[in-house]
Amino acid sequence: MTDTITAPTIEYLLLSPLLVVFGAAIVGVLVEAFAPRYLRAAFQVPLTLLSLVAAFALVIFVVVKDGVPNKAAAMGAVAADGPALFIWGTILLLAFVSVLLIGDDFVPSAVAVPGSVEEERAVSEGAAHTEVYPLVLFAVGGMLLFAASNDLLVMFVALEVMSLPLYMLCGLARRRRLLSQEAAMKYFLLGAFSSAFFLYGTALLYGYAGSIDLSKISTSLSSVGGQDSLLFIGAAVLGVGLFFKIGAVPFQMWKPDVYQGAPTPITALMASGTLVAAFGALLRVFWVALGNLEWDWSPVVWAVAILTMVVGAILAITQTDIKRMLAYSSIAHAGFILTAVVATAGAKQNSLALSGILFYLVAYGLTTVGAFGVVTMVRDPGGEAWHLSRWAGLGKRSPKLAMVLAFFLLAMAGIPLTSGFFAKYAVFSAAVSGGAVALVVVGVVASAIAAFFYVRVIVLMFFSDPAADGPSIVMPIATRGVVGFAALATVVLGVFPQPVLDLASKAAQSLFVR
Amino acid sequence: MTTHYLVLSALLFAIGGVGVLVRRNAIVVFMCVELMLNACNLAFVTFARQHGNLDGQVIAFFVMIVAAAEVVVGLAIIVTIFRTRRSASVDDANLLKY
Repeated sequence: MTDTITAPTIEYLLLSPLLVVFGAAIVGVLVEAFAPRYLRAAFQVPLTLLSLVAAFALVIFVVVKDGVPNKAAAMGAVAADGPALFIWGTILLLAFVSVLLIGDDFVPSAVAVPGSVEEERAVSEGAAHTEVYPLVLFAVGGMLLFAASNDLLVMFVALEVMSLPLYMLCGLARRRRLLSQEAAMKYFLLGAFSSAFFLYGTALLYGYAGSIDLSKISTSLSSVGGQDSLLFIGAAVLGVGLFFKIGAVPFQMWKPDVYQGAPTPITALMASGTLVAAFGALLRVFWVALGNLEWDWSPVVWAVAILTMVVGAILAITQTDIKRMLAYSSIAHAGFILTAVVATAGAKQNSLALSGILFYLVAYGLTTVGAFGVVTMVRDPGGEAWHLSRWAGLGKRSPKLAMVLAFFLLAMAGIPLTSGFFAKYAVFSAAVSGGAVALVVVGVVASAIAAFFYVRVIVLMFFSDPAADGPSIVMPIATRGVVGFAALATVVLGVFPQPVLDLASKAAQSLFVR
Repeated sequence: MTTHYLVLSALLFAIGGVGVLVRRNAIVVFMCVELMLNACNLAFVTFARQHGNLDGQVIAFFVMIVAAAEVVVGLAIIVTIFRTRRSASVDDANLLKY
């Protein structure tokens, strides 16, 4: 036993983006506690947006000051490496645009039963849940940490910090309360179930390796012998938790329900930010901790990738609700990204595949936020018009909006001159060079099926007559800005992707810190 | 011998898992999830003993805190649903499907 306890070293500068986001979230909670109700929104909105911008600026500052870092900060708990910083920047950008989408989507008082006296009173008092903003910040902070955690305990805590606020945010929709609450309950029960699996996997890997550090688990793969069942069951159960978060088949059941029921800005945040963070964590676990086990897990992930692409694309065809359709499309896209994860892991893992995945995450994230932004604009008297029949003839009623949505859908289908084309090309070419030609063939077929239902919506919008009592178009200035930005990004990344590709390959160059 | 504790932990985890799948009441489903988390804690503490380091015991504390936070969020969601639907059965929440 030593007499002195050495204080841990913490690299505050490297972790500053995280600290800013979490700090702003705590300040937001204090604002809720002390500021009078009429002032809260005036504090919360700028606080949230500024902290996200500041965190983004700090990410850039860290890179500009000392180049791309490659070290495990905070005594090896948080990895600050190229992929982590790239993912941080991506998540912060996506969170910023998702926050701008937040309008009047949230319930005035969540405790009041719909249609009750309390509800009427809350509405007449102009009550609003400005807690939404600190909750979003906590969720974003959790996403940042999730993608950068370098040991399984930090990853578990980050997973919960990310998920718990999202469970609540899902249940706070102003309109269609029953759907929203049902989505929250389903997401919560299934999410808690899956994180229990994640934790049991952590426990078994800890039992195997004697450490929860990702790199120590990796080294113990060669030094520990004779306990393979602990290792295999642990890795499989851990994988269940991670696959749930990205919505890979057969753990995709929650995704359509939650994406449909949640308030649309929160859906946008989940479809972009959570997916990015979950892929960051998944890559880190499978490449860093279990990279040497690739012969064992890659067939499983191979099967999951095929199932995810095919099931996502086929089930999307039968959807009649635009948010559910986008949810199934998000499942299919998770499958496309998995092709690059699986085909190039282990000995073959390379920065080419990683940079392809990073580029895909940026491109798809921005497109999907834009698409959900368009969904918030098309309104019926009872709320957003989700049913696809209500979108018939939108091209005649509001050509510009319909063109923008059509463009987003084409980008998701991967048509050339959109960001989706280069994204798909990047992951599929990485998969081919990793020797997974069969996987890419399935991927291309699934893309073709997916293109069918994207084009179906476009045909519906432009080649059918609008209903007499069609939905109205509401265009708040912030939403318009978000959709415009997303459309611009989709064009620029589709015509001139080189700067972002360079950035991604620079971030991916040294792979993950070990 | 720590094997017995690990077997117990696996049993508890399995009981919790089956409970989540077959029980109808959201509160009971949620209690089963908590049982799974506690099974994880038992496994962590056992492995800590086996390896002779304290990591597992520290992790158990973290898990307890996370479980407590999860209870707060989960019960809030279940109570809100109960107030609107007068039912905490997971079978009744069936508006979102296919």
